[in-house]
Amino acid sequence: MLVIEGLTKRYPTGDLALDGVSLTVPKGQVMALIGPSGAGKSTLIRCVNRLVEPTAGAVRLGATEITRLGDRALRRARRRMGMIFQEYALVERLTVMENVLSGRLGYVGFWRSWFRRFPLADIEEAFRLLARVGLDHMVDKRADALSGGQRQRVGIVRALMQDPELLLVDEPTASLDPKTSRQIMRLIIELAKERNLAAIINIHDVALAQLFAERIVGLHAGRIVFDGPAAALTPEVLTTIYGEEDWSATIRKVEDGDGDGDEPPSVEAARIAAAD
Amino acid sequence: MPVVTHEQGTRVWMRRTRAGDLVAWLGWLIGVALTVLCFQFISDRTIWGFVWDAPAQAADLLERSVPPRWSYAHELWRAMWDTLNIATLGTVLAIATAVPVAFLAAYNTTPSALLVRPVALFVIVASRSVNSLIWALILVIIFGPGMLAGILAIALRSIGFIGKLLYEAIEEIDPTQVEAVTATGAGRAQVLAWGIVPQVMPAFAGISVFRWDINIREATVLGLVGAGGIGMQLQASINTLAWPQVSMILILILGTVVVSEWLSARVRHAII
Repeated sequence: MLVIEGLTKRYPTGDLALDGVSLTVPKGQVMALIGPSGAGKSTLIRCVNRLVEPTAGAVRLGATEITRLGDRALRRARRRMGMIFQEYALVERLTVMENVLSGRLGYVGFWRSWFRRFPLADIEEAFRLLARVGLDHMVDKRADALSGGQRQRVGIVRALMQDPELLLVDEPTASLDPKTSRQIMRLIIELAKERNLAAIINIHDVALAQLFAERIVGLHAGRIVFDGPAAALTPEVLTTIYGEEDWSATIRKVEDGDGDGDEPPSVEAARIAAAD
Repeated sequence: MPVVTHEQGTRVWMRRTRAGDLVAWLGWLIGVALTVLCFQFISDRTIWGFVWDAPAQAADLLERSVPPRWSYAHELWRAMWDTLNIATLGTVLAIATAVPVAFLAAYNTTPSALLVRPVALFVIVASRSVNSLIWALILVIIFGPGMLAGILAIALRSIGFIGKLLYEAIEEIDPTQVEAVTATGAGRAQVLAWGIVPQVMPAFAGISVFRWDINIREATVLGLVGAGGIGMQLQASINTLAWPQVSMILILILGTVVVSEWLSARVRHAII
């Protein structure tokens, strides 16, 4: 279980990115974090594994208070938190297998990792996970030879190799086409459920968030302005998160469920007509 | 006020204001005047007789240098081999020193931007500010004439070159790849080896081979100050006015440089 209490981050430039955010993510829960650009979504998940050093507040993973750890203990704690990135953040010039095994760096000593002598169990796990995401035939390909969807799969496998308790996912679909986006989101959710992982997913795409996450947290200017189930996302809520806009097409699915879904399809029809 | 509004309300955009235009033209005028003035100055101090004579002198020199003394070549192989060794060993030594210096100088890998980085940058600047020939001149006094002075001269000059280009390459890496490796719980050395080294590898290989290529050319002249290599023969031949030997040496140097250029191009292709 991840507990965040009063997390605040002020950058040296004076920008207040997070303003007293408190949040609890129980084991096995997939939570989507939505909000406009600059709301502090990226800062929030980077403060959890302290890639960004928070100014104030506490982060606890299980019994460990991450915000109080020294260097060495922090590295140990980071092993328990897998991270998935927007632009995949694979080491481009290393092979798929090397990228996947880099998820084990926290467990393996420097020289073993330098000579690429990873324990057999790690290598078996790497093959198993690569097969699970359908990339076991690309083990020796260099990361920069892969397509976007394939790279993100490698990114997911790298995070899972850490055997984490928590997934921190930063805009996993922002660089992908709509179809691949859905496949990647589905894969992340499936794997998180299989392993009963907690997950925080930063995501721009409100429709995707609704489709895949059970809980949605809305961030605006560093504060939580909404926290509830996906179905509770109404135009009013989106307005408080993002500001005034016509949200009818964005939250089509929820309105369908409510029974008054006549208008959105006609909007769609109008768009198609306009495109013709 | 590059945008001017006419009475009718139409707006006109210009690159510069009228005053700006005048200043630009004035700048050009001063530039041209300065060129003419400098030409006049140099011309007044030139003995034009020598200049008009130059083509005849050049033709004369060429005539005395041709044909090259081909038989002299077998005395040169040894010196050429020394030259290659000076260049190669100097480069290796420079790489071994410059790589740590570069990591200490790059702001994203330096252990301390306040204390260590300025020292590393000073090492780089100091090395770069002195030409290899001058390094050789100094080192010949310290170590005596011979290859050792040449190797060290090449190395000292190359540390700055390799160090500067490498630390710039390190500063230009993609930080998110480093972030990703850090997020796995990797230690500092592992982040360096897994997140940074793979990213700078192509630049490193390119810089090293490029410097080796330059060093071969520089090593050919080090002999002029007694630091070993084919430059010694070159100087001896010039001093005794043995022009056919000079042309032979120049042909050999040209051949070596062409081969090294080709080789370094191949290596760079293979790595990138």
